[in-house]
Amino acid sequence: MSALSRTSAAAPVAAPHASTSGSVTAVMATVMLALTPATLYGFWLYGWPSIYLWLITVAFAMLGEAVCLRLMERRAVPVLFDGSAMLTGWLLAVSLPPWAPWWIGALGGLFATMLCKQAFGGLGQNLFNPAMVARVALLISFPVQMTAWVAPLPIDMAAAPGPISGLLVTLKGIPQGLDAVSSASLLGFAKTEMSRGVDLLQSLPHAPSLSWLGSRPGSLGETASWLIAAGGLLLIVRRVISWHIPVAMLAGIAVPAALLHLVDPARYLDATTHLLSGGAMLGAFFIATDYVTSPNTARGQLIFGAGCGVLTYVIRTWAGYPEGVAFAVLLMNSLTPIIDRYVKPRVYGRDRQGVALDAPAMAARPIVGREY
Amino acid sequence: MGLIDRLFKDPAWGVHPDDHKRPAADQPLRVLPPPARLYMPLQQHVGGAARPVVQVGEKVLKGQLLAAAQGNISAPVHSPVSGQVVAIGEVTAPHPSGLGFTAITLESDFAERWIDADAVADPFSLAPEEITRRTAAAGVVGLGGATFPSAVKFVLGQRLKVATLIVNGGECEPYLSSDDRLMRDRASEVVDGARIVMHAIGATQVLVGIENNKPEAIAAMQLAAAPFAEVNICPVPARYPMGSDKQLIQTLTGREVPADARAAEVGVLVHNVSTCAAVHQAVRLGRPLVERIVTVNGGAVREPGNVFAPLGTLVDELLAFCGLHEAPSRLILGGPMMGSPLAHGKIPLVKGASGILAFDAREATIPPAGPCIRCGSCTRACPMGLLPLEMAARIRHDKFDEAAALMLGDCISCGCCAWVCPSHIPLVQYFSHAKGELSARERTRLRNDASRRLAEARVLRLEREAREKAEAALRRKAERAAAKAAAERQETPGETV
Ligand code: SF4
Ligand code: SF4
Repeated sequence: MSALSRTSAAAPVAAPHASTSGSVTAVMATVMLALTPATLYGFWLYGWPSIYLWLITVAFAMLGEAVCLRLMERRAVPVLFDGSAMLTGWLLAVSLPPWAPWWIGALGGLFATMLCKQAFGGLGQNLFNPAMVARVALLISFPVQMTAWVAPLPIDMAAAPGPISGLLVTLKGIPQGLDAVSSASLLGFAKTEMSRGVDLLQSLPHAPSLSWLGSRPGSLGETASWLIAAGGLLLIVRRVISWHIPVAMLAGIAVPAALLHLVDPARYLDATTHLLSGGAMLGAFFIATDYVTSPNTARGQLIFGAGCGVLTYVIRTWAGYPEGVAFAVLLMNSLTPIIDRYVKPRVYGRDRQGVALDAPAMAARPIVGREY
Repeated sequence: MGLIDRLFKDPAWGVHPDDHKRPAADQPLRVLPPPARLYMPLQQHVGGAARPVVQVGEKVLKGQLLAAAQGNISAPVHSPVSGQVVAIGEVTAPHPSGLGFTAITLESDFAERWIDADAVADPFSLAPEEITRRTAAAGVVGLGGATFPSAVKFVLGQRLKVATLIVNGGECEPYLSSDDRLMRDRASEVVDGARIVMHAIGATQVLVGIENNKPEAIAAMQLAAAPFAEVNICPVPARYPMGSDKQLIQTLTGREVPADARAAEVGVLVHNVSTCAAVHQAVRLGRPLVERIVTVNGGAVREPGNVFAPLGTLVDELLAFCGLHEAPSRLILGGPMMGSPLAHGKIPLVKGASGILAFDAREATIPPAGPCIRCGSCTRACPMGLLPLEMAARIRHDKFDEAAALMLGDCISCGCCAWVCPSHIPLVQYFSHAKGELSARERTRLRNDASRRLAEARVLRLEREAREKAEAALRRKAERAAAKAAAERQETPGETV
């Protein structure tokens, strides 16, 4: 009898004895799934070089993680299997110019996982979003390569580089013959023209076209804004992320943009352009929502998201760089611990200051049960 | 329920684990024949252990008092069978890790002869004090798992003039369906018990909260409550931990229990449905609490379902009665979210045991813990509005005071956070550990305070004694001097002027 019921596994110390079927790997996989449509669309628009760059960036991000784990004498395979290094590489890859040389992706990937993540102690310990730190580091170190945008050249077009010549683009740089494809992104174009004293009303008609379909110069994750947004909605529906950061961030960009555009359309781009340009969508749904580097209460996330959005707008409009999402997110990352310190949920039975509620006052409340 | 309803009505807290209640909940209640040997622990409740009042060898009837309550907060223990007392004292556990317990060991005579019941035809004619006394004498304690002596709560409710009795039929723990079965099969007993409790505490209405995943129980209870306007059956969303007192009160009344107060202080008192049925048995039928419905469930059980069993029955016997496919990979007393793991099945069924779960290997597997990815799922799930990840981070570095400042003390150990964590971090274990450390420190502090006070008092006393001694010595010296002077005066009268 006692043999019958003797437990075979070591008895756990405490409840709960059940657990969600979710896992870190599942979370990362869902995020990657949400990124897939936009990435594939980007591959189609920018052809083989973008595929190679993506592969190289992801591979080096994973390599960086594996090397660090080996150096710390930990087994690399289970940690790599959680998918976070791959996701970091992926996010970095879709924020790079699609025809950037291979070493941009390689350096960025290694930098992201080795110095921005494992050096802090691995998953969950880093203060800053690794992909964005890597992107900013690359932008500062290699401004030419990091701003060499190309106009879309869909993979099925005759002029597009094939698998071999595409590889050469990634390995050796953009050949002379294809030079015509280099182009400026819309935000960059507007900024350059403004600095030349040409106002937007005159310059915009010549600007690279802005299209919801994403057929315009930019990074993989920038062009197909609507696919990025759709992926983001999937994440919200699947409850991988909550709506707070994306909505607050997009509002943080759109509200000032709309107001200033109303005041002076000759100097300020409109809200739609801002939302569809640069990394706004990618940032709002995939970058700023990074669990590790964002606050973990709903109110904290609203503050964080709004901060990311407003800073993005400020940097784009008044600072030296045409794009500001990466800087904005990093700045807000640094505020995350402070936000988390001061913005806490109200505890049951206490007020926001943590003082116990008043029992007689509570007892005097009329009983209002809701009908279910 | 529509999506909009869901969005606006469902509470934001908690988790929604697969409930695994059926098919066990739908099986008819089975009655366990009395086992040959039973073990009635003396402590099946919060408070002081009961004091045995029978002798080894004594013949007892079913329902006869075995051990009396001891102290203000305690509960008596009665015989679950008719038979003979064969031992009183420590029952050693057959397992190196299992601790022994103090119990009265009984041998059943299988005759099931009850004591003469002191039934009451109309409990509502009794004074509330009399109901309270009878409830206490019947050994009724909170059967939802809290096992707090019910009569003590009645007194509290009376003193604080509680107007609303909440009857907890939430049964939010997955796998468990003993309350569900009780409400389906014995709804009128539950309603009658609830009305008796209401009378005992002087309340004016009863709200029975039942999770909406138990439509049969809701229907049965509505039928039973129909004649009584003061008894309201209130379906509530199925969401763990709806059956926690604080969450149920919030859902049913919109009131919150302040952090430093008891529910009665905000005008409500919560009793479990099984407790109400036990009060009905105790007061109306004069039968003490000696049996209960227990859910036997889990992947290792061949015929999962609910069993009406005498208290004191060994878990092994319950499992044998329902059959096992395989040796359980984990045995749990209670539900999977808050139940205690059992090292073996040689543990008797106690008053607070609503379920025995025998998990198969698949159910028992909890993936290894990974690093916290700060996903915030735990924060969203916590029904108390705490920040589990932040508390755990502090506890990991032994910063217990910082964890306490994050209101660790308000944690109800419901397990939502640990359940939902994608990294499977055993958060509740962290919290239990820290709570233990904090209360140990508190005890040490109190002890140190007390010994310091004692030491100070001793110093004061010694000083005072020394002073008194010195004063006495001085006084004596002065007296002696005065006496001497007087004697000298008498001897030499001529010297005085
Ligand atoms: S649920 Fe787990 S991984 Fe997510 S924040 Fe909480 S402790 Fe960290
Ligand atoms: S912190 Fe405590 S109260 Fe909150 S979910 Fe975890 S166990 Fe429950």
